[in-house]
Amino acid sequence: MTVTPDPALVADARRERRFFLSLSLPALFIVGLAAILPILWIIRQSFLTTGGEYTVGNYAKVLSSGLTWSALVTTLELSLGTLAICILLGTPLALALASARPRVANVLMAFVMLPLWTAILVRTYGWLVLLRRDGLINAALTGSGLTAEPLPLVYNFTGTLIGMVHYMLPLFLLPVYAAMRDIDPNLIRAAASMGATLGQVIRTVIMPLSAGGIFSGSIIVLIYSIGFFITPAVLGGGKVNPLSTRIERTLSTFQDWGSASVLGILLLVLMALIGVMLLAARRLLAQNTVEASAHA
Amino acid sequence: MKSLPITIDSVSRAYGSYVALDDVSLDIQAGEFLTLLGPSGSGKTTLLMALAGFVRPDSGKLLLGDRDITRLAPNKRDIGIVFQNYALFPYMNVLANVAYPLALRKTPRAEARQRALAALARVKLDGLAERNVAALSGGQRQRVALARAIVFEPRVMLMDEPLSALDKNLRETMQYEIRRLHDDLAITTIYVTHDQREALIMSDRIAVMNSGRIQQIDTPQRIYDRPSTRFVAEFMGEANIVAPGSVRRIDGAEASRETLMIRAESFHLDAKLVGEDGVALEGILRAKAFRGENWLLTLALDGGQEVLVCIPAALASGCAKLAAGQRMTAYAPAAKVHAIPGAMA
Repeated sequence: MTVTPDPALVADARRERRFFLSLSLPALFIVGLAAILPILWIIRQSFLTTGGEYTVGNYAKVLSSGLTWSALVTTLELSLGTLAICILLGTPLALALASARPRVANVLMAFVMLPLWTAILVRTYGWLVLLRRDGLINAALTGSGLTAEPLPLVYNFTGTLIGMVHYMLPLFLLPVYAAMRDIDPNLIRAAASMGATLGQVIRTVIMPLSAGGIFSGSIIVLIYSIGFFITPAVLGGGKVNPLSTRIERTLSTFQDWGSASVLGILLLVLMALIGVMLLAARRLLAQNTVEASAHA
Repeated sequence: MKSLPITIDSVSRAYGSYVALDDVSLDIQAGEFLTLLGPSGSGKTTLLMALAGFVRPDSGKLLLGDRDITRLAPNKRDIGIVFQNYALFPYMNVLANVAYPLALRKTPRAEARQRALAALARVKLDGLAERNVAALSGGQRQRVALARAIVFEPRVMLMDEPLSALDKNLRETMQYEIRRLHDDLAITTIYVTHDQREALIMSDRIAVMNSGRIQQIDTPQRIYDRPSTRFVAEFMGEANIVAPGSVRRIDGAEASRETLMIRAESFHLDAKLVGEDGVALEGILRAKAFRGENWLLTLALDGGQEVLVCIPAALASGCAKLAAGQRMTAYAPAAKVHAIPGAMA
């Protein structure tokens, strides 16, 4: 049997759909204005000389410079280092939070979230106070005789990494915690009743079911880390120069908009590459867990 | 497979001021099918979870055979569990789910596969081994959960309302299949349900629970016909609890002075079907309802108490003509009148 739809009803349905679509217009407008247009503008800038003529010289200059490649390496080291530490610290922490009693979990969660409510500049300078040669940590270490000399904790890679992990950890934790909290406790009980040890429960039940959360957390950490500026600028002491500080210097010291635009595009390409790699990794992971856990 | 008896000895568990298990003792024989029956909050699931090791008792002992398992970790108890929500691993296919307990035990791959397939055949799921769990119906998922619980040959099986998420017809089929599976394997089974019909159909014995205590433990027939408390009587189907004064002996002898339980279906409207050895209740017909296989009449006794009378459709030719407000008498044979010790009407 075929039904001939009433045109009036079809029109009603269409009008309804259009109304809800139209709700996205303000956001689309702003995204277009604030994100797409500037990117197009940067792409255009990257092909212009300071005089305004068309050139590919900016690319040649930036890509042949050793500074660019060392900045790229620093960016990757900082981002992947931050991610690795976040995974190592955050995953067990999320598991602890997810298995704690609700009241305890709420209190712990408030402590985790506290840094998120503090301005990043305040926090970064806070770390400076703690990590300096005459800072609290070094004063405690030398004062108690644990170390003879103050440790070089800041104005270097270590200090930058500490500051970045501090910022990223809550952002990583949230999706992982959410994924773990959503795991049906009966799945864990079922596994245990069939003989799974705690380690086997974590490996064959908790990890496969929180992989999505860990993946989301990793994407957030990487996206933030790749373009991170304030922390390397303050805690790096001029010695840690990822692409972000390189761009700032190119602009403030040399007013070279062309080269800065090329560096910006490099940053965009890097993010896109990492995004694609993560997606591929996730697909691979999803296949493997099914097979691996079939014979844990 | 060697099945073991279970001893529950004075087990208590409180959550703050709420007592979930109040000094519960229970012996389950090897190979027995025992049902814990009760309303929600009666403690039946808490008791099951204590046996599985997921709830720690405040006091008391749990024994599996001669072995004290009170403090044994859940993964060392060798107990198979079937959950209400199936608890299948969504990222594994059917075969991987069923082979999971074998994989944990490092069973060689080929043997694990063969045993998992045999378990699937036992629950009539041949041919679905490679299927994704998400592609299965509720009934099929519960069969996978059953296969997974029996594949490692546990010595005890615990089932926590395994059928309550299924629709009625499927539930009835599964009741017989679970019982058949139990009989084939002769495995000690503790089954939790709030459905009294399910408990009657499936069990060797039923333990009726309420407020953290076992009210009565007995065979289905005795639980139904000879409830020891008013709670058990009313939980098991349409029971009338009748005060001593409202009942008259048909033979004119002095009536019992105890509180009586008469099931709605024990009544007849025709005195000849009961004979001399029985009781009669008189009252006014308040309401009547046709329920397909029977009629349900509500009778208001002279004391004001209402009594439910259930007449099989085959014997109820007169019921359609009864009118509300008319005076009538219901008769029950003495064998179906049960005195509840110590109960208040």
